[in-house]
Amino acid sequence: MNVSSVKGSMSISSSTSTWKAGDTISDQFPAGLRVLVVDDDPTCLMILEKMLIACLYKVTKCNRAETALSKLRENKNGYDIVLSDVHMPDMDGFKLLEHIGLEMDLPVIMMSADDGKQVVMKGVTHGACDYLIKPVRIEALKNIWQHVVRKRKNEWKEFEQSGSVEEGDRQPKQSDDADYSSSANEGNWKGSKKRKDEEEETDERDDTSTLKKPRVVWSVELHQQFVAAVNQLGIDKAVPKKILELMNVPGLTRENVASHLQKYRLYLRRLSGVSQHQSNLSTIISAQDPTFGSLSSLSGLDLQTLAATGQLPAQSLARLQAAGLGRATAKSGIPITLVDQRNIFSFENPKLRFGEGQQQHMTNKQQVNLLHGIPTTMEPKQLVSLRHAAQSIGNMNMQVPPHGAQNSQNNPLLMQMGQQQQQSRGQILVDSTINHAPRLSSSMGQPILSNGIATNVSSRNGIPENIRAPGYSQTPSMLNFPVNHASELPGNSFALGSTPGVSILTSKGAFQEDVNSEIKGSGGLMPSYDVFNDLNQHKPQSWELQNVGMAFDTSQHSNSLQGNLDLTQSALGQQGFSSGQMNGHNRSAAVANKAMFSTGDVKELGSAQNVNQHLNNLLVDNTIRIKSERVCDTSPANIFPDHFGQDDLMSALLKQQESVASSENEFDFDGYSMNNIPV
Amino acid sequence: MDRNRLHNQVASMRRSLFDQGYLDDQFIQLEELQDDTNPNFVQEVVTLFYNDSARLIQNIEQALNSGPIDFCKLDDYMHQFKGSSSSIGAKKVTNECTAFREYCNAENAEGCIRSFQQVKQEYAILKRKLEVYLQTVRQASQTA
Repeated sequence: MNVSSVKGSMSISSSTSTWKAGDTISDQFPAGLRVLVVDDDPTCLMILEKMLIACLYKVTKCNRAETALSKLRENKNGYDIVLSDVHMPDMDGFKLLEHIGLEMDLPVIMMSADDGKQVVMKGVTHGACDYLIKPVRIEALKNIWQHVVRKRKNEWKEFEQSGSVEEGDRQPKQSDDADYSSSANEGNWKGSKKRKDEEEETDERDDTSTLKKPRVVWSVELHQQFVAAVNQLGIDKAVPKKILELMNVPGLTRENVASHLQKYRLYLRRLSGVSQHQSNLSTIISAQDPTFGSLSSLSGLDLQTLAATGQLPAQSLARLQAAGLGRATAKSGIPITLVDQRNIFSFENPKLRFGEGQQQHMTNKQQVNLLHGIPTTMEPKQLVSLRHAAQSIGNMNMQVPPHGAQNSQNNPLLMQMGQQQQQSRGQILVDSTINHAPRLSSSMGQPILSNGIATNVSSRNGIPENIRAPGYSQTPSMLNFPVNHASELPGNSFALGSTPGVSILTSKGAFQEDVNSEIKGSGGLMPSYDVFNDLNQHKPQSWELQNVGMAFDTSQHSNSLQGNLDLTQSALGQQGFSSGQMNGHNRSAAVANKAMFSTGDVKELGSAQNVNQHLNNLLVDNTIRIKSERVCDTSPANIFPDHFGQDDLMSALLKQQESVASSENEFDFDGYSMNNIPV
Repeated sequence: MDRNRLHNQVASMRRSLFDQGYLDDQFIQLEELQDDTNPNFVQEVVTLFYNDSARLIQNIEQALNSGPIDFCKLDDYMHQFKGSSSSIGAKKVTNECTAFREYCNAENAEGCIRSFQQVKQEYAILKRKLEVYLQTVRQASQTA
């Protein structure tokens, strides 16, 4: 803004008055910045007002703090920044500052003739974003807009971190203003900034703002209720309030629903966009790596296994992971991204987030489960790690699949997933898929392989198809969770029983190795599913993957996951995953099957296992989905739609269980539609 | 010629106000804010200042003269006054305010009283000078 040109051009009215929080930054920014100035001194107030007008801001002045507060309360979104004097007769400026910070969370700039260090320090500690010494010069006011931008950017970032934000999904609202970083424009400003601590905190979900609300764990059931409500209302018309009413869950707040809805939407979007992203996964994964790295074994393992099984589309893994991890990984955009988007893990981002966001609890458990039923005996922490793992697996998947690079990662991850599902998994997934692999094998105990992965696939609850195993055509590095890789998986109805999973795995396995070996060859990507078959023993269905990752019962998984993991491993191994880790399971299709971590199996897994399975399934689903997209040949049902949202996963898994041949991964089921995994 | 004379007069008056330290850079800020949409901005602000600060002066007066001096309150008033005067660029007045606050912090009642006399004096001098100056400015603009 060229203030100097203001003279003679006082056209405040021309400035964009529409610039509001949440809006795209207008081209004329910072013109139109809505400033509320509070000062009891009329001379100062008059001068400030004139100066602000000269800066082309929209000015509202008050001479009393109370008046200012009521104005702010009346119109919460009506102001962008507040300028307040420190010394006021009716209320201390710092007190006002606190109020504003708590209630409206707007940037506040303090002003005072007092330049003593103490006072300035007080301003800082009370949260003022700047402190101006009077007399205020117009030059100082010209730049106050930076605080608004900064704050938004941080909020956005927080929001992102909290997991549902995925880079891909954010609609970049780029302002022409070069000063704004894209992140500032992306996504929603209003995104609930829920900060999900990825790593350690799994269960804790800090609410945005300063208030901490109790975390809501989006259990499978809860999620199902949510999805049902949303479907009933229609995705376009589903507003948090109505959803809340429909769900009729005591203790659930509108905010919980709102944030969950947000993630869900992202997930959906991702699902639809999965096919387009294939390559992203890989990138994502890599990006994720760091994140994953942090994943502790947990989810990583599971995911890995899943990933390994190739069944789990990377995305699914991611999803699962996410779920398992409980959002933590959300940020990481879930390893799924590893799989280059295609992998499905497109889901990951949103999904993981979704899952993550959704539940905290899920994350722990769920994640594990997601991983492919990797027995998640993991404790919550594990889950987290699982989640991570899942994510990583997702990554892995991505990696596993052809993505070459990723594959290796995925595989190990997958393998790992199967095996360990424990927290270590998380780690596994992350970076070294290969590394993981070994882990997988170890922990998983190779049962997976034994599962006849191929068969497991069918058992995979549904994931199977999707799990196209990394074999996705994509370059299979994606061990994609078979999950939603609907497109790719050729109608795989991922009947777990049918080794579609295997195929996936195989393909995946291949990926792992170095991925790109797309397991495609394996045909049934679903290798990983097999793994789950073993796991299967558990209760079939409940794979409510919906919460993918959400409800993974860590405890249970031990078996199922193992089985799954094994599958994954074997799948992976078979696939020729580089992961030597696969316990040497034959990398053959069996592995693939396993990889598919039989979603069905997952189901069988007891609660915990189910979860795992779910995870797996979901993962598988996702992967599958991913795969389907990517893998042209394998058509394991994309079990996991792009958005390997929990819903997806869950549904996918569930579906898979029920009918492996479920339709494409579109997000048909409630959540996860596991596409049939071509067996 | 009259116009030129007036303008020259305005210019020299203005220069001397700055040179003698009555006004500082902040006053220029005010001048810069004045434009066609607000042609009398400076005048308005100065008027507002003097009207409002009269109240503060009175408060301080009272605080100093009534019984035991409440230095806290005194400081508070003076703080406000100082903020106000600095915002229009009243340099000398502001400086005296600073001196007053130091006495206040030291709880030096006598110092406060003396210092306050200085504040009032500078305040009055500036008021007179500004009145003349702004009047000349008005005349100059009218005879444009």
